[in-house]
Amino acid sequence: MNPHKPTTKKLTLLFFFAFVFTVVHLSAQDGKALFQQKCAVCHNIFKPMTGPELMNLEQRGPWADHNKLLEWIHNPAAFMAKDPYTAGLKAQYGIVMTPFPELTLKDVDAIVSYIDGEVAAKSAPKGPTTGTAVEEKTSGSGNAVFYGVISLILAVIALILMQVNSNLKKLSDDKEGIERPEPVPFYKNKIYIAIVAILLFILAGYYITKGGIGLGRTIGYEPVQPIFYSHKVHAGINQINCLYCHGGAWESKQASIPSVNVCMNCHKSINTYEKGPELFDADGKKIDGTAEIQKLYSYAGFDPNNASSWNPSKAKPIEWVKIHNLPDHVFFSHEQHVRAGKVQCQTCHGDITSMNEVKQFAELSMGWCINCHRETKVDFNYDSTKGNKFYSIYEKFHEDIKAGKMDSVTVKDIGGLECQKCHY
Amino acid sequence: MSEKKYWQGFGELNEPEKLQKQRQNEFQEELPFGDLEDKGLMDAKAPRRDFLKYLGFSTAAATIAASCKIPVIKAIPYANKPDNIIPGVAKYYATTYVQDGDVVPVVAKVRDGRPIKIEGNELCSFTKGGTSARSQASVLDLYDMYRNRYPSRKTAGGKFEEIPTFEQLDKMIGDALAGLGTAPVALLTSTLVSPSSQEIIDAFLKKFNGIHVQYDGVSYSGMLEANQATFGKKEIPQYNFDKANLIVSLGADFLATWLSPVEFAHQYAKGRRIDEKNPVMSKHYQFESYLSTTGSSADERFTHRPSETGAVALALYAALGGNASAPALADEKLKNGIAKVANDLKAASGKALVICGSNDVNVQMIVNAINNLIGAYGNTIDWSGSLNYRKGIDKDMRDLVDKMDGGQVGAVFIYGANPAYDYYDADRFKSALKKVKLSVSFGEKMDETTQLCNYVVPTHHYLESWGDAVPKTGCTSFIQPTIYPLFKTRPYQTSLMLWSGNASTYEDYFKDYWTKKFGTTEAYEKALQDGIIESAPAASSAGSFNSSSIANAVTAVSSVKKGGKNELMLYQKVSLGTGSQAGNPWLQELPDAVSKATWDNYAMISMSMAKDLGIKLDVNYEYFPEKPVIKLTAGKKEIELPVLVIPGMNSNTIAVAVGYGRTDKLGKAAAGIGKNAYPFSSLDGNNISYSVADVSVTDLHKTYKLARTQLHNTYENRFEVVRETSLATFKKDPEVIPEYREELAKEFYDQANGNYRSNATLYPEHAQPGLKWGMSIDMNVCIGCGACVVACNAENNIPVVGKHEVMRAHEMHWMRIDRYFVSTPNNPDELKSVVFQPMLCQHCDNAPCENVCPVSATSHSAEGLNMMAYNRCVGTRYCANNCPYKVRRFNWADYNGADSFPNNQNFTGVGELDPVVSQMNDDLTRMVLNPDVTVRSRGVMEKCSFCVQRLQAAKLDAKADNRPLRDGDAKTACMMACPTEAITFGNVHDKESQISKVREGNPQRMYYVIEQLHTLPNVNYLAKVRNTDEIIEAGHHESKKEAGATAVPSAHNS
Repeated sequence: MNPHKPTTKKLTLLFFFAFVFTVVHLSAQDGKALFQQKCAVCHNIFKPMTGPELMNLEQRGPWADHNKLLEWIHNPAAFMAKDPYTAGLKAQYGIVMTPFPELTLKDVDAIVSYIDGEVAAKSAPKGPTTGTAVEEKTSGSGNAVFYGVISLILAVIALILMQVNSNLKKLSDDKEGIERPEPVPFYKNKIYIAIVAILLFILAGYYITKGGIGLGRTIGYEPVQPIFYSHKVHAGINQINCLYCHGGAWESKQASIPSVNVCMNCHKSINTYEKGPELFDADGKKIDGTAEIQKLYSYAGFDPNNASSWNPSKAKPIEWVKIHNLPDHVFFSHEQHVRAGKVQCQTCHGDITSMNEVKQFAELSMGWCINCHRETKVDFNYDSTKGNKFYSIYEKFHEDIKAGKMDSVTVKDIGGLECQKCHY
Repeated sequence: MSEKKYWQGFGELNEPEKLQKQRQNEFQEELPFGDLEDKGLMDAKAPRRDFLKYLGFSTAAATIAASCKIPVIKAIPYANKPDNIIPGVAKYYATTYVQDGDVVPVVAKVRDGRPIKIEGNELCSFTKGGTSARSQASVLDLYDMYRNRYPSRKTAGGKFEEIPTFEQLDKMIGDALAGLGTAPVALLTSTLVSPSSQEIIDAFLKKFNGIHVQYDGVSYSGMLEANQATFGKKEIPQYNFDKANLIVSLGADFLATWLSPVEFAHQYAKGRRIDEKNPVMSKHYQFESYLSTTGSSADERFTHRPSETGAVALALYAALGGNASAPALADEKLKNGIAKVANDLKAASGKALVICGSNDVNVQMIVNAINNLIGAYGNTIDWSGSLNYRKGIDKDMRDLVDKMDGGQVGAVFIYGANPAYDYYDADRFKSALKKVKLSVSFGEKMDETTQLCNYVVPTHHYLESWGDAVPKTGCTSFIQPTIYPLFKTRPYQTSLMLWSGNASTYEDYFKDYWTKKFGTTEAYEKALQDGIIESAPAASSAGSFNSSSIANAVTAVSSVKKGGKNELMLYQKVSLGTGSQAGNPWLQELPDAVSKATWDNYAMISMSMAKDLGIKLDVNYEYFPEKPVIKLTAGKKEIELPVLVIPGMNSNTIAVAVGYGRTDKLGKAAAGIGKNAYPFSSLDGNNISYSVADVSVTDLHKTYKLARTQLHNTYENRFEVVRETSLATFKKDPEVIPEYREELAKEFYDQANGNYRSNATLYPEHAQPGLKWGMSIDMNVCIGCGACVVACNAENNIPVVGKHEVMRAHEMHWMRIDRYFVSTPNNPDELKSVVFQPMLCQHCDNAPCENVCPVSATSHSAEGLNMMAYNRCVGTRYCANNCPYKVRRFNWADYNGADSFPNNQNFTGVGELDPVVSQMNDDLTRMVLNPDVTVRSRGVMEKCSFCVQRLQAAKLDAKADNRPLRDGDAKTACMMACPTEAITFGNVHDKESQISKVREGNPQRMYYVIEQLHTLPNVNYLAKVRNTDEIIEAGHHESKKEAGATAVPSAHNS
């Protein structure tokens, strides 16, 4: 084994990421965030949703001029009055865009450059991704099996050899005429029995304990929900920002499930499921997306043929089945992780964008939490330009970093393994 | 008699060794093993085989239970989420606690639509965010399962039946009102502080030609009438305790119950806080008959009989040069005291204040004359505005009862008043009420008066209401609803409006009323948001004192008859007050400031009276809950009460708290608790007197169990807990406390090679790289009011355990206020001072509890907190045993109903928990629980967490805002509740924080409790300084040796 290999691998990865970040960072990073926050609710890049697709928007209408685009975004109604193109859009889509007066010209540039980047990326062939890391993992677990088999074989060989040895000894003793008692067969040999018993005890103990610890854990839990809501369609294909529906994740301990009126923001105009891929539930049964939208309407009390008479206050709540259940004695705050810790939703919830019905991805056990707290680096303000200024009071860490005694601050370093960070 | 300096009970004074032994006995009660005596184990109730059977069964059952299918949990979001609500994020609404005229501007914390905690409104200039125990507890009243849930009508059988709709109700009342003919209508309320409601009432009265009578459970009529006579205004002036260098209280409990205790305590604390560089503080004299909460904080106390109150005032008046001859007072000490106070008053030149708790108009007039003589008016007493907390005039009420009795009243509408319980002649009121054709109560609960009415039209709880309150001139505090009404209730104002023909609602009326006043909706909304508007304070006014009636008052007071052998004094407890919140379990379980008794009222008697009754003040008296019962008789009235012997009482006075003995309709918390003492109040002249000049005492030779908490926690004879000195001593020798600290720590210093903190222990030091939380408690301004304890209960889901569990020392309060008596060495009855010491987890940096936990359920955080992980705790209780401060609490039973096993609330051998525990576990009551704090189950240890949920929330807010934590972002519940700002809390690593400054600014008073154990607490105390000229000789050097001898054998802790 080459001891340097993993380090070089890590380094290459690091360089790769650093490269990607420096390239994309300048504008598209902000553009992506802005797009997801402001636009993604109604616009898709590649196809029309509530509003038109944004691909190649500069080639349409007056949008080559970003100032005009900005003017439109700031006050669509006023802009439309003097612009036939946007008036046409209204006729086509039935609604006028929500104004976003907080956006600046720079923001608009960033969003457009992000859109262009996405379009370019889609047309370009996909490059190699971070498959190496995955490979490494699988080979790791394969090794364990391999070693297990080898030790088993070795153990059997040792057993046979010992048996042979004792037989040979018996033979030689017989030859020399030494009276020896009949050798005890191995299944009656107390030493073997004892060894097997101990081994069994250890193994049984291990599995019982492991099973006991696993009691109540529901990794992979994928209950049937009252509506077949596909995260793949919404968050994956249509790229709706997670926070649009689960806004609580940004500002509350609970991520919160969206209320019916949030669903209806879009589904007032999206009445059918047509353009997306075919949907199948966990049993492989085909799902009719349009029928599922109808279910939503029945909760909302909405009649698509008589949309204007809809009264949101008459809606009935949807009784979703909760998937991620933490025990009552655990305090978990989404805001802490998503906003302060800048943890991606996918870290704990898995690749939501490819799941139709959501299933529990992570173990949600304390060991799982703690492991992450051990490794994850906090958003430490290594200098005045980056990181969270909250950490400025950690003077000792700042000094240690300057002195080179420490290169990063993990959650563990600021007390993230302590009981009362989550249990109180 | 030992010469113990600070003591908590008589047993400690008289039989210290026996007490020590007693305390080491873990189980004081009979253990349920009686049937085992002289028999084999197999004959016992649960023999070994049964034990094994149960063991096997429960293991199997647990396995099966654990392997059951995981229940499906639903997550039901809003159907239509309101924009301003984020699930999981608390909202704060400014509102106002109003109860019987008490007004405290508060802010209600609302989590997911439920108010769960009351904080003080910091925008209020006179409370500055301070609260009282009762206002803190009021949120629990909202979820009281015994509230009236619908309008109802008394049927012929005397039972109440629901009236299905308000329309039907309004028709019934309308018909009844129409059928009255010319008979007048009366509206009986407690003191009304709401201007908009007053308008509605006026309109109602105008329509029905009615009268409005305001009636207070404990009357201030004497004071109002005295001011009418001497100032021409039936009002109470504003008091400025902060401007007074000298405060003389003649029996007024102004820090606990008198008029506006939160406001007064805040002002009082300003004068009592010491700047060490220039140690001056106000001086507080208290003349009283019993040991009151306020008297406990006084620098010097003088006791007298209740019947001598007038004589004391008169003597003081005479000594100050008033036109009166000094009455004869037998007590030399009292006489000297009056002379001394008179001299001080003369010297204070206007910076003094005399107040009096008497309801005798003549006494109050003399007090006014005294204040006039010393120039208090315009300085410490301000007539530029009035205090509106109490307005009831006794004569008005008597006239009303007379009219009702004479059949001259056609209808009576009652809001907030409960004369059937607290009127001096309740029987007459009850019979008079029967003669009224239509009686309507707006009572929130089925109190004594409401039970007697024909109709019950329950009004909203204040947390469900709109409203306003003008507690004092120039200040309006607003009430806005924090939750949709829980029950079918209606604001009494809306009812009155409807019945007087105004079809609008009070909500609209209120909005209209204030929008008009403010001119714009924005201003109205701003006022609601702030909760309070105050006009700029007017220039202080002395009023115009009219002395013409003083001579008559002097004559009247001089001719007061002498009392008999024993006199009775009725007083209010800081927890229950007049008793209107008696159904509140938090208040019932709050230990009284002085007696430390819960769940009862009792007769407080003096030590000499105890001698007469043959009560031996030994360990057995002190230690066991059984207390002798006496019968008090005055005329035809009698009452049986257990006695508590309290030092510092007037020898001939028995003091009994009112507010107890409520109807069982108020719920499990009030049923059967204490006795009603109001019948002992009587009419004296025109006013109600709350004392009886002659009662006979009979020893009934039986006992009654009282639940007191003071002796539940023992310091194992370590007495280096309280530091207290006199101002004169402090000025003379400011270094006395630091020197003593050094002496105590010397042993460790000598071994520590210069680094006391880390080298004096075997254990490694905990690093605190970022924050380090610390608390400072100033014992100089702690008045023992208990607001912090109730606030802690509410914030941290602390269970109510009930009287029987308190008796077994199982109370769960994370914070207790220890009360220490300081007396002259040979006479414990001669109290020099009472020290209140709030005691909570000290969050030791070298914590003895952490080292002994076998499962590491308690450990130290990187922020200096001593953490407690409930789910890790297996209940060995080693930590509690090893805690020198005795601040850990063990869940002996399933007080919260948190466990899934139904019979977990029953104890084998001891029986079920008190019914009040099940009241607290009702689904409705549980709505008050704080969702951010775990509800603990049976068998785990718990203790103060420094409100870690608030610290975490404050840190998260700072991180979300991308800024460092600011001082004041994180505040504990106790600190916020405190009316005197005795508690400071913050990050001690921040040199600019309040806590750092307090510690730095008070080196001469700062100390840690039993710091010689090298526990390195994170809570420090500032020693109490009482303002006397006494020079205390440094006497701790001798006692140090004694401590060394007794502190060693603490090995029994195992």
